[in-house]
Amino acid sequence: MELVNPGFGLIFWMTLAFGAVFFILKKFAWPTIIQALKDREKHIEEALLAADRAHEEMKKLQIDNEALLKKAKEERDQLMMEARKLRDKMLDEARLKANDEADRIVENAKVRIENERKAAITDIKNQIAEISIDIAEMVLREKMKSSDAQKAYIEKLIDDKQLN
Amino acid sequence: MAIHKGIIRSRSISYIATILLIGFFAWSLNAHADEDLHTISEHTEHEMEKANLNAGEIIIGHIVDAYEWHIADYGHTHITVPLPVILYDEGEWHFFLSSKFHHGKSAYKGFEIAQEGMLKGKIVKRDAEGNFVQPIDLSLTKNSLAVIIYSTIVVLIFLGVAKAYRRRERKAPKGFQSIIEPLILFIRDEVALPTIGKKHYERFLPYLFTVFFFIFFNNLLGLIPIFPFGANVTGNLAVTGVLALFTFFITTFTGNKNYYAHIFNTPGVPWWLKIPLPLMPVIELVGVFTKPFVLMVRLFANITAGHIIILGFISLIFVFGQTSIYAGYGISILSILLSIFINFLELLVAFIQAYVFTLLSAIYLGMAVEEHH
Repeated sequence: MELVNPGFGLIFWMTLAFGAVFFILKKFAWPTIIQALKDREKHIEEALLAADRAHEEMKKLQIDNEALLKKAKEERDQLMMEARKLRDKMLDEARLKANDEADRIVENAKVRIENERKAAITDIKNQIAEISIDIAEMVLREKMKSSDAQKAYIEKLIDDKQLN
Repeated sequence: MAIHKGIIRSRSISYIATILLIGFFAWSLNAHADEDLHTISEHTEHEMEKANLNAGEIIIGHIVDAYEWHIADYGHTHITVPLPVILYDEGEWHFFLSSKFHHGKSAYKGFEIAQEGMLKGKIVKRDAEGNFVQPIDLSLTKNSLAVIIYSTIVVLIFLGVAKAYRRRERKAPKGFQSIIEPLILFIRDEVALPTIGKKHYERFLPYLFTVFFFIFFNNLLGLIPIFPFGANVTGNLAVTGVLALFTFFITTFTGNKNYYAHIFNTPGVPWWLKIPLPLMPVIELVGVFTKPFVLMVRLFANITAGHIIILGFISLIFVFGQTSIYAGYGISILSILLSIFINFLELLVAFIQAYVFTLLSAIYLGMAVEEHH
C-alpha cells in the first residue's frame, strides 16, 4: 500500500521543483539552444550551398578556360596559316617581280645588243663603202695614168653617147 | 511476493523493446534470470521465516519515500540523514527533524510514523477513537530532497550547455554539449516534429525537452547507489503523477476547437452513439483522463520494477547468508553478475522510459493542436 500511496508533501515539492526547472530552462536554456541549433543548421546549409555554387562556378570557369584556350589555339593556327599564306604570296610575288625584272633587263640588253649590232654593221658597211671607194679611186688612178688610156676611155664614152 | 512476481512478469513484457536492442543472447539470459528468481524466491520465502529477515520489507523500504535518508547500517547503528518534518495541523505549523521519531520507533508532539494500515509510513496522529488522522504534511522527505537536488543538477547542466551554445556560436558541439546535442536533436526531429507537426512543434519543444531530460537524469541518478543519489524518484507515483499532470494540463489548455469537438461530438460516428445516451463523449472523456494516468503508471512501474529486481538480487546474498555464510558468498557471485546485468538494462530503460514519456506527451499535445482536415 505504501508503494501506491504518494505523500502530499512530495507532490507539493515535486510540483515546485519541476515547475522551477521548467520555468528556468524555458527562460534561460531552451531558447538559446534551439536558436543556436537553428542558426548553425542554417549556416551549414548556406555553407554547403555556397560550396556547391563555387564548385559549379569553378566547373564553368574551367569549361570557359578550355573554350578560351581552344579559341586561342585556333586563332593562333589561323594567324600562323595566314602568315604562311602571306609569306608564300610575298615570295611568289617577289619571285614573279624578280622574273619580270630579269626578263625586262634581258629584253633591254637584247635591244641594246641589237642596236649595237646594227650600229656596228652600219659602221662596218660605211667603212666597207669608204674602203671600196678608196680602192676604186686607186684602181681608176692606176688605169687612167696613161693618156692613151684616157683617150680610149673618152672615145668609148663618146661612142656610147653617139649611139644613144 | 505476489506483487513482486507480478511486476517482474509485467516487466518482462516491457522489456521487449530493450530485448530487441540487445539481441537474442541477452533475451535468453534475461529469461534465465527470471526463472532463477522464481525458483529462488519460492525457496527464500521459506528460508526467510526461519531466518527472520524479511527481504520484501527491506526492498519496499528502499523503494518508497521516507522521512529520513538511510545510508547504511553498522552493527545496530543506523546511519541516516535526518530530514526536516513540516506539518500543519489544527491551525498550527510544526517544524522538527525526523530524527525525533528515532527511526519510527517513538512519537513526537503526538505525531508518529504509522507502522501498518492504509497510511503505513506516513506521519499520523491518533484521534479520540485511536484512528489514524493525517495532518497536512509538507515534510521535505527523502524523495522531495532528491527531487530538489536532481532538479538543481539538471538546471545547472542545461544552463551550462546553453552557455556553451552561446559561446561556441556556429561551431561544432564540444564536451558535455556534444553528449546532450544528439538527444536534443532526437527529441526535436524524431519525437516532436513527426507527432506534433511542423506548424506547432516549436511551441512545445521547451516542455518536451524539460520532461525528457528531467526524467532521464532522474532515472540515471536514481541508479547510483551512493548518497545523495539512488533515491527512487521516478519510481514514485507522486513524481510521475505530477509530470503526467503537467502534460494533462498543457494538453487541456492548448486544446483547440477541433480537439474538443473530437471529444464531445466525435466526427464519423453514428448519431445514436451520442444521442440520447452520450456513449462516445463519455468514452472520449474517460480517455482524456486515462492518458495521463497511463503516463504516470508506466514510468512508475518500470523504474520501480528495475529497482526491485536489483535490490532482490542483492537481498538474495543476505537471505542465503542467514542460513549459511558460504551459501551467501556462493550466491553473491551470481547475484552480483545478475544485478550488474540488470543495471545495464536499467541504463537502457532509463533512456527508453524518458523517451516513451516524452513521445506520448508529444502525441497527446499533437492531438490537442491538430488542425481540422
